[in-house]
Amino acid sequence: MSEQGTQQGEERLHSARAIVWARRRAALSTFWRLYRTQRAGLVGLAILIAITLLTVLAPLYTDEAELRASNAPGGRMESPSTEFWFGTDQTGRSILLMVIWGARVSLQVGVVAAVLAVTLGTLIGMAAAHFGGWISWVLMRLTDWFIVLPNLVLAIALVIALGPSRITIIAAIALTSWASTARVVRAQTMAIEGRPYIERAQALGAGHWHQMTRHVLPNLMPLVLASATLQVSSAILAEASLSFLGLGDPSQPSWGTILERAFDAGAISVGAWWYMLPPGIAILLVVLAFTLCGRAMESVLNPRLRDNT
Amino acid sequence: MGKLSTTQASVSPPGGGIGAGDGNGNDLDGDTPPRPERSAARRELWRYLAGRISGAAVSMILVLFSAFFIFRIIGGDPVRAIGGDSPMTPEQRAEIEERLGLNEPMAVQFWEYVKDLFTLDWGESYVSSAQVTDLMWDRLPNTLLLTGTALILAAGLGIWIGARAGWKQGSFFEKSQVGISLTLWSAPTFWLGMIVIIVFSVELGMFPVNGMRSTRGVADGFWPEALDVAHHLVLPAVTMAAVIYAQYVLIMRSSILEERNNDYLTVARAKGLRDAVVRRRHAVPNAMLPTVTLIALQFGAIFNGALLTETIFSWPGLGLLFYQAIKIPDIPLLQLLFIFFAGTTILANLLVDILYRFLDPRVRRSA
Amino acid sequence: MTPLLEIDDLTITYRSARGEIPAVRGISFGLQPGDSLGLAGESGCGKSTVAAAVLRLLPRGTQVSGRIMLDGEDVLKMSFGTLRVVRWAGASIVFQGAMHSLNPVQRVARQIAEPIVLHEHISASAAEERAVELMTQVGLPTWRARSYPHQLSGGQRQRVMIAMALACSPQLIIADEATTALDVMIQAQVLALIKRLVAERDIALVMISHDLSVLADTCDQLAVMYAGKLVEHGPSHEVFGNAQHPYAQALSAAFPIVGDPDERRNPQGLAGDPPDPAALPTGCSFHPRCPVAMDECTSTTVELRAVRHDWQAACLRVEAEPTQPPAATPSALGVAAGPDARERDARAQERDAGSQERGAGDLRVRATSEDDT
Repeated sequence: MSEQGTQQGEERLHSARAIVWARRRAALSTFWRLYRTQRAGLVGLAILIAITLLTVLAPLYTDEAELRASNAPGGRMESPSTEFWFGTDQTGRSILLMVIWGARVSLQVGVVAAVLAVTLGTLIGMAAAHFGGWISWVLMRLTDWFIVLPNLVLAIALVIALGPSRITIIAAIALTSWASTARVVRAQTMAIEGRPYIERAQALGAGHWHQMTRHVLPNLMPLVLASATLQVSSAILAEASLSFLGLGDPSQPSWGTILERAFDAGAISVGAWWYMLPPGIAILLVVLAFTLCGRAMESVLNPRLRDNT
Repeated sequence: MGKLSTTQASVSPPGGGIGAGDGNGNDLDGDTPPRPERSAARRELWRYLAGRISGAAVSMILVLFSAFFIFRIIGGDPVRAIGGDSPMTPEQRAEIEERLGLNEPMAVQFWEYVKDLFTLDWGESYVSSAQVTDLMWDRLPNTLLLTGTALILAAGLGIWIGARAGWKQGSFFEKSQVGISLTLWSAPTFWLGMIVIIVFSVELGMFPVNGMRSTRGVADGFWPEALDVAHHLVLPAVTMAAVIYAQYVLIMRSSILEERNNDYLTVARAKGLRDAVVRRRHAVPNAMLPTVTLIALQFGAIFNGALLTETIFSWPGLGLLFYQAIKIPDIPLLQLLFIFFAGTTILANLLVDILYRFLDPRVRRSA
Repeated sequence: MTPLLEIDDLTITYRSARGEIPAVRGISFGLQPGDSLGLAGESGCGKSTVAAAVLRLLPRGTQVSGRIMLDGEDVLKMSFGTLRVVRWAGASIVFQGAMHSLNPVQRVARQIAEPIVLHEHISASAAEERAVELMTQVGLPTWRARSYPHQLSGGQRQRVMIAMALACSPQLIIADEATTALDVMIQAQVLALIKRLVAERDIALVMISHDLSVLADTCDQLAVMYAGKLVEHGPSHEVFGNAQHPYAQALSAAFPIVGDPDERRNPQGLAGDPPDPAALPTGCSFHPRCPVAMDECTSTTVELRAVRHDWQAACLRVEAEPTQPPAATPSALGVAAGPDARERDARAQERDAGSQERGAGDLRVRATSEDDT
């Protein structure tokens, strides 16, 4: 974008809101310019876009009906062929088809759980930083408690207690992984609140809500987004682990569920590598892609990390 | 699970701020004898210890309470879990409820629970009707063996490689090690285990597929048995170590990066030390401090790994016990293991916090 | 007598994401055993780069050309093995100790002893004994040997750095901003200590600072750097009191004498910022800030010219008059001519006398707010 263009745009602005949006657009374009220099981040982004397209467009190039065991087109545990690139499972369904459809569950659970966890973490972190005193003490103790506990064990306990379903899994993952975000957000909120304009807003009588939503949150957003991206990776891994342990959503298989079935069907002892490779690689790729993107975002946001490369 | 982040902004050394020293004050204060400083430091240390221990105690109480809450209040129908799918007469049902004390009011049940905790009466397993504590003690050594081996492997190798990668930032070595670590971290532990078994046991036949001892039996005596166990240990230990290793490499690398541009390293180089000695003697000890804190925070993740690895390899440890209990679900056993895992993590963190005081001479004053 | 340190046409270029950045652009000077040279200039002028280059401590990928002869051997051509032997034993550096120059998790005596163990192959305990001895010599109580750096004050840490530099009895010590972060009282103590030790041991000293008054007090010779070049080099009292190059004049004028009504009415400062090393001005790089710049200055590259046989300046206004002392012919610079220059001379003498009587810089107030990194 040319300098001139920006100037002209600014002249046309009237309301404060328009100025704010122009500033955000400018910040976003700066962000993208810096992000583009992160090669690993671009690779991650490309993988994510490709997998999202494959997942969303799945109904166009596959037949969902073949997912039902009664409708299975192949024989039992067939090895890879031209018809079934990665063979079939114990009921004769195509592994590749199951993996393509499994992406929906894995991605959905991962993204929703991560968004929930980060929202929860942001709220708690901001509250702990803003209110101080005993509220902060209680919230931070709780945060530390959740950080320290073996979160998979806790998530398992919750899913067992509530009964396996997609909502339970999402809730259990979100509830056991918000704490690291809360910590980062708390530290960042305290840094932001130390800035002069917040004090000015306070002096002008801005309420808690106004300060938080208008001043602190916009400044936190980049950090929160980076945190959310990294959180998706952990959430997808957590979902896979829970499903593998038999606590997955029984109605629709995710990648973890496919691996559980492979394990139960004794795919290991017959050496049916084709049964295990596709779902595992799918998990690995998606988790890696989200991690690469998250790390690239962090490097862009943290000048100290960026400079020493 | 633990989030994989390049920043360490969120981690501060336990005990808060690092003492800034006497500052740039009067140069002559150096003549005061060390006595008062030491006793003040000692008092400070006790206050610190008291704070940490009471914090851990609060965490532990929270664990006990949540164990009751999760498993007794919202945790399904224990009667059905015991009976399985077989139909049950109302009399049988009432009898079980009576035995488990399910008819009592919640408050009474909680009181009974706390009383049982302190009298170490943790109940019987739904399945084997053995005391759950006995089941746990039976399996504990096996888990310690696997976890300990994996941890030593991962920590030693991870810190070593991580330090070298951070030291040579921008080199091919660093980039490839970071790439390997990120990939290992992204792989689900249980899937890694499955692949490892297929390749090394099923196809190559180098290692046993699962278990901890050969079923065929080996020659009597300590050494043949130990060798047999070691042979079974290789694959699960390596699998479990892989993910932890990846974390340690990344943590140590970023700690070294933080230290790398510090002036004291230039001083060390100016003294005529070899590059490797500068790294080992000066950079690594300083980078170890934040690493220790981060490792302690991720301690809980080790149990996640143990649970999945033991399941895949049928390693008869606590993780497999937990997995078997999930399948039932065997509530008293799950409850005990939950408390044990959480308690161990809290204890380990407490120990690291205390250890940190002695490792880092700077942490004298807690903010 | 061969010089102990001889730097000849030293050119150093850093490589960065923005391209090549010249930090030092062809400087030369020599130092005899027992000599002391003060190297002055604003932050970023390349003076610390010179210090690091003497022990080849520059970041990997930095381009260095020219010669650095240390005791007859070219440092730039040494093998790594020889270099490691020369480091610290041949020449050592007093780093700025106030901040991060000491390893925070090692006791100070061990850090002082480290080069002794390395270079003299004696046991660690014997080396630590020597370290404690050195600490006494720099005025630190012996029980401080077991302290960690954070337990020491800034002045004490600086003393540790000095003891460390002395550890292997080098012939040359480079003090890089050794007193910058200290307050005035401590600065005076540390300077007096450096002066005493250098005199006692007949060590050659290169002292680097942005504070010209400190350098004039401690060193026989002064060299002023600007944008990677030497712009003036000569005896301390001349360069400080009677500078020929307008930049050197501005630097010395930046340290007014307290109570001098003339200076209060007419404060001397230098407008503008140091030039960006990646985009240096043409001709004399000082011309954009120079109060007496001429048209020629924008195009002509100026090399050092002799003001006297032992005194050089790189300014077109300096007429080479090697036989006549400059006090007789008032400075070639129009602005500084006339009674003004004589007054300046008188003031410089007074300053010299004062500093001898009262010790270092205790009455001077720092007028610059510059801080060097």
